[in-house]
Amino acid sequence: MRAAVLIIARKELSGLFDSLTAYILIIAFLGFSGFFTWISGSDIFLRKEADLAVFFGVSQWTLFFFIPAITMKMIAEENKSGTIELLLTKAITPRQVIMGKFLACLSLIAITLAFTASYYVTVSQLGNMDHGATLSGYLGLLLLSAAYISIGLLASSLTNNQIIAFLLALLMGVFFHFLFDMMAYGSRGVIAGLLSSLSASRHFDSLSRGVIDSKDLLFFISLSVAGLYLAEGFLAKRAK
Amino acid sequence: MDVRIENLTKRYGAQLAVDRISFEIRSGEIVGFLGPNGAGKTTTMKMLTQYLPPDDGRIWYGKTSGADTSIRRSIGYLPEHNPLYEDMPVIDYLGFMAALQGVATSGIPDRIREMVRLCGLDVEKHKKIGELSKGYRQRVGLAQAIIHNPDILILDEPTTGLDPNQIVEIRELIRKLGKEKTVILSTHILPEVEATCDRILIINKGRIVADGSVAELRAQSEGRQWLQLRIDCDPDKDVIAILSSLPTVEGARWLNGPNGSIELQSKPGMSSNRAVFQACVDNGLVLLEMIPGETKLEDIFRDLTLN
Repeated sequence: MRAAVLIIARKELSGLFDSLTAYILIIAFLGFSGFFTWISGSDIFLRKEADLAVFFGVSQWTLFFFIPAITMKMIAEENKSGTIELLLTKAITPRQVIMGKFLACLSLIAITLAFTASYYVTVSQLGNMDHGATLSGYLGLLLLSAAYISIGLLASSLTNNQIIAFLLALLMGVFFHFLFDMMAYGSRGVIAGLLSSLSASRHFDSLSRGVIDSKDLLFFISLSVAGLYLAEGFLAKRAK
Repeated sequence: MDVRIENLTKRYGAQLAVDRISFEIRSGEIVGFLGPNGAGKTTTMKMLTQYLPPDDGRIWYGKTSGADTSIRRSIGYLPEHNPLYEDMPVIDYLGFMAALQGVATSGIPDRIREMVRLCGLDVEKHKKIGELSKGYRQRVGLAQAIIHNPDILILDEPTTGLDPNQIVEIRELIRKLGKEKTVILSTHILPEVEATCDRILIINKGRIVADGSVAELRAQSEGRQWLQLRIDCDPDKDVIAILSSLPTVEGARWLNGPNGSIELQSKPGMSSNRAVFQACVDNGLVLLEMIPGETKLEDIFRDLTLN
């Protein structure tokens, strides 16, 4: 059971590196986040605080756009080329296929984030850094990525067309990223509470400030599980 | 491993794709699955590989039946259109498929080497699959299907897109594999079935309309005698009319226009050899050739699937 997930994850991850997707993603991510963290606008030197708040703020936007670009082909391509028939006639389940692909995407994000360890080291030399808050910010980025990857896989499982999968993932993501938050401002009472509890950026903000609340963890985990569960359902259904 | 199918049924919406078919295939048998497009061949194969769940009926693999996914390790499958991961190099692809099929990690390099040798992939083994010609892609598809040494082989149109030499090679390979495995292959190419298969299943509109060896099917198909004749005669004599009037003859016609060969069909259970010879003598015709023909597989196929 576990072996099959790892076999698929390894194949997908090496596919991402072979096709240069992974390198482009890593370079672009480091370029964007580096530019805004160190050079432009309200960068670290302007804020005069030894933290990575700027980096976390930029990253959640970069990841929001980049993750659908990784996930879009994951299942749509298999459906289109018919290779899904090869996979699902082996002794593996749709769940293992989805989990393998999820793991591959999350590993790529983890590798990308690992490159920013140099930011962490540098900033910690500049002043008195809150290590706990920074690490919890990284945890937040990983959880946010997990949620967006599962949304991306869900979008990819719904169509044969990669572009549609990409746009669909952005469309679903945009609600969690800021639309629910904006709608919460415009409403009141229970609805406002409900909407703001659905806002991924709100949950991420509290994590990036160093507050590890079980509510935030639960939100990201349940969003990921729900997305993966639905993706699995659609994958299994297409095979009928 | 024997495969037994009982009352297998599959519907797509209101359309009945496979309609209560039953058959059994024994180990060491190569069965050719024939039928017009849309007859239900591919659907049946997809159910055999557990890709599609049947609406009704059961499939027995040896002693086990039902939706036990571990049985898939004993099945090698080449799907229709041979889907492949175009971005992967041949060797990585075969390794991935072997791993998915549960071949032990230490045994994978040996299996890949064996497949490369068996399927003649040596020259192309380091290329990406997307760069291969159709014939080589087909070989990769076949290699993928047999890399885990399955007991049951299900091949959906294994020789499409191959050149005549490759077709012969692949057929030999299938024959070799078929000695110890249970092989089911579907095809449109009728000579292919005669060349490779021990047994033929003809399916039409979701039902099995014929089941047997090529020889058995020939015997079944009414047992009429066909003769091919060449007769030298004056142009003013109507040879066709003379032959057609013989009591044993069902019909006669020019095969390639007048003064070519004549195709003659006898009435069921009768032989026209003597009558034709006597008619030629009586009418002053010179009989140049008389070749007994057999019912062709094409004719059997057409008979069974056109109505």
